[in-house]
Amino acid sequence: MGEFFSKLFSGTIPLEAYIVVSLIMFFSGIYGFLSRKSLLMILISIELILNSIDINFAVFNRYLYPGNMEGFFFALFTIAISACETAVAIAIVINIYRNLNNVEVDSMTELREPSANETEIKEVNE
Amino acid sequence: MEVHIVFYILSLIIAVFSVMAVTSGRLIRSATYLLFVLLATAGLYLILGYQYLFAVQTAVYAGGIMVLFIFAILLTQRPGGRITPESVKQRVFAIILSVAGAFFSGFIIISNIGRVSHLVDMKEIDSRHIGMTLMGTGKFQYLMPFEVISVLLLACIVGAIMIARKRS
Amino acid sequence: MQYTLLILVLPLLAFVVLGLVDSRWKARTAGTIGTTVMGIVAILAYYTAWSYFTTANPGGVYQKFIPFQMEWMKFSDQLHIDLGILIDPISVMMLVVVSTVSLMVHIYSLRYMEGEKGFERYYAFLSLFSFSMLGLVVATNIFQMYIFWELVGVSSYLLIGFYYTKPEAVAASKKAFIITRFADLFFLIGIFLLSYYTRTFDFDVLNSGNATVFAGTAGLSFLGLSLMNWIMALIFIGGAGKSAMFPMHIWLPDAMEGPTPVSALIHAATMVVAGVYLVARLFPVYYFFAPEVLHGIAYIGIFTALFSAVIACTQTDIKRVLAYSTISQIGFMMVGLGVSGMGGHHGLGYMASMFHLFTHAMFKALLFLGAGSVIHAVHSNEMNKMGGLRKYLPVTHITFLIACLAIAGIPPFSGFFSKDEILSAAFEFNPYLGSLLIFIAGLTAFYMFRLYYGIFWTKEYKHEHIPHESPLAMLLPLIFLALVTVFAGFIPFGKFVTNDGADYHIHIDLVTASVSVAVAAVAIAISTIMYRKENKISDRIVSSFSVFFKIVVHKFYIDELYMFITKKIVFRLISAPIAWFDRTLVNGTINSFATVTQWTSLQIKGIQTGRVQQYAFVFLLSTLLIAALIIFI
Repeated sequence: MGEFFSKLFSGTIPLEAYIVVSLIMFFSGIYGFLSRKSLLMILISIELILNSIDINFAVFNRYLYPGNMEGFFFALFTIAISACETAVAIAIVINIYRNLNNVEVDSMTELREPSANETEIKEVNE
Repeated sequence: MEVHIVFYILSLIIAVFSVMAVTSGRLIRSATYLLFVLLATAGLYLILGYQYLFAVQTAVYAGGIMVLFIFAILLTQRPGGRITPESVKQRVFAIILSVAGAFFSGFIIISNIGRVSHLVDMKEIDSRHIGMTLMGTGKFQYLMPFEVISVLLLACIVGAIMIARKRS
Repeated sequence: MQYTLLILVLPLLAFVVLGLVDSRWKARTAGTIGTTVMGIVAILAYYTAWSYFTTANPGGVYQKFIPFQMEWMKFSDQLHIDLGILIDPISVMMLVVVSTVSLMVHIYSLRYMEGEKGFERYYAFLSLFSFSMLGLVVATNIFQMYIFWELVGVSSYLLIGFYYTKPEAVAASKKAFIITRFADLFFLIGIFLLSYYTRTFDFDVLNSGNATVFAGTAGLSFLGLSLMNWIMALIFIGGAGKSAMFPMHIWLPDAMEGPTPVSALIHAATMVVAGVYLVARLFPVYYFFAPEVLHGIAYIGIFTALFSAVIACTQTDIKRVLAYSTISQIGFMMVGLGVSGMGGHHGLGYMASMFHLFTHAMFKALLFLGAGSVIHAVHSNEMNKMGGLRKYLPVTHITFLIACLAIAGIPPFSGFFSKDEILSAAFEFNPYLGSLLIFIAGLTAFYMFRLYYGIFWTKEYKHEHIPHESPLAMLLPLIFLALVTVFAGFIPFGKFVTNDGADYHIHIDLVTASVSVAVAAVAIAISTIMYRKENKISDRIVSSFSVFFKIVVHKFYIDELYMFITKKIVFRLISAPIAWFDRTLVNGTINSFATVTQWTSLQIKGIQTGRVQQYAFVFLLSTLLIAALIIFI
């Protein structure tokens, strides 16, 4: 038991430890992306996913090619791109909110041919 | 030893708050949890020795993007309002898929464990070197992507204004 | 003589400018521009004629000039289509005719068409027509002629349908276009056959009379007729279509729906004689290599002349009477060409035909413009709405009378001289043919004076307002053309236009002349008795020949026959099955492709839910599965 703990707190932190952390972050993001209805929640999930990728870039660069900077810069660029993406996405979200008064994905059906059962629901609602 | 403790704490924060961020019923809480995750990630960069990434992560993500999120939430949500709950079916499917994916990827990681365990010491990266790399045009230098990103940013600024402005 | 190019370029420019400007300029400006351009063209044409006829016959024989020639489309060394200007006696003569009549019509239309909607369009079309007709006349090769041939067809179509809101005008323009186009198809086939065997389009080569040019056709025949005969007959069909020879004459009377000056220009003086001009242009080929066809042309000509003269006696629409008389006179010209020989005295028919073309253009244009003046005064085409107009329209009356005397063949008016030459030539060819021609000439005199008395004498029709003489711009062309009609007969035409280019001294055959004048005088006398004062003689004659009269009034039911053939036979037996095949089988196949595609997409469109999360789910699931497949297998 003590041996196990001493192993945990000695030597270098293995590459796999970082990857497991980013894995958890990544699949939390996947879960959020697949299950949440709010557009903002989906955006938050996407941020999680992108962030976990950043960690991977940095870690692999640090462990495998410590002399080079590719992963480092890709992480940097990814951050910039996610900033762009968020800015545009939030502009869209605000616009949608202005038109539909909510930001749920299910209500964005304007361009879709309504399926038979949705038309029924609409009629009932009206 | 100290590094290990810090790493475990950060990992714990990331794991717990990631899950909480995507499961929370209130948007503003989700955003806060996301902020924690992002800051913890910045901490990981610090452990790795990438101070510059740490700074960028903190400033852009935790500073800029989070502010955008908060604004968006304030603009689109009623105070104290909860998100309408999702259907159970959707949630079950999402859980099954993400857990299966996590196990699958975890299995691959575990089966490959120990292949890269050594950590070579690295001298501190000075910002002069970063600047030269970002601005150079030679091999392993990134002026071109840098310029592309800057154009993209400009396009995003214009696009975001165009999309979000009120149409008369 | 490079300046002859301007004769073509100026009207084309006028057409482009007037057509583009449309109604942005004042109507008057457009009319003035068109008329001025035509005036310049006429002066150039006169100058060309003067310099050609005074200088081009050094050895007593007229030379040909080609002042302008360019290679337009080159397919191979032997086969190339050229554009050029050919100056020889008949083209110069036609230049004068076309530009004179066109100028007169331009001036006349300034007032006649005044206030019409589309005045600029009218002048643009007139310019287009003048350009095409002049181009046709000076063509150096048969293909260039064909191009301009189609262009005159198009401008004729446009001008007949000028009042495009009137259904009759639209129908008439379509009829004219379809019939002439149908005939032109044969013309084109003829051109292709001819150029295939002779390896040339050039008139110069074709008309050289050199048998080696046509060596390729030697010994070839089809259905018992030699190939040359077929080719030349096909080419003549094209000419017959434009010149309204039987049985393709039916479009010309209907073409009178167009504005009257247009009828004068296109459907009396210039375009309809294009067929005559074509035969004259290719005369050596006809004469040396297809004499049977040439004789056939003579018989078609005389039949058409007789046929339409009979119909003309019964029509009451004054423009239609003139239209049938035009057809009849073109028949005369065809007879002249058909009976002609080559050179010297034998070439009399050719010379006479060209002479008649010239004089006829003048007096027929005069008749039409006079009719236009009458219509302008009484606002109707029908003879029974006229009568007694001589008091109100003195100038029109006199000029119309001169034209009637000319067409009836009374000396000293121009028609007498030219018609007399045709009669002499016909008598020499075949006395029966000549006698028949004299009879037709008598009929001509009869119906022309029936028209004349119907308009200017007989009982006065009670007009709502008193008819008034036309304005000066309309009378000037009438007076000018009347003067030409009076004096043109004294032109020594044989000095200018003969088929071998040498001088020919015209001498009037006194026997033929006296007989034809006597016949004409008798016909005029009968006409005077019947129509000068209102009386019952004509009604009595009509009732005693009621069946025949009815057939003639209905133009021998030729139109009905055409409708029967096209509607009942062609449409029902050929077009209807083809239409069925097209609609059911061809369309059906294509439609069933569409139906199957649509059905399939209806079945599978449910997959496209438009829900991003669902797509992402499927995408991730597949990614995982593929990764698993790659790693574990």
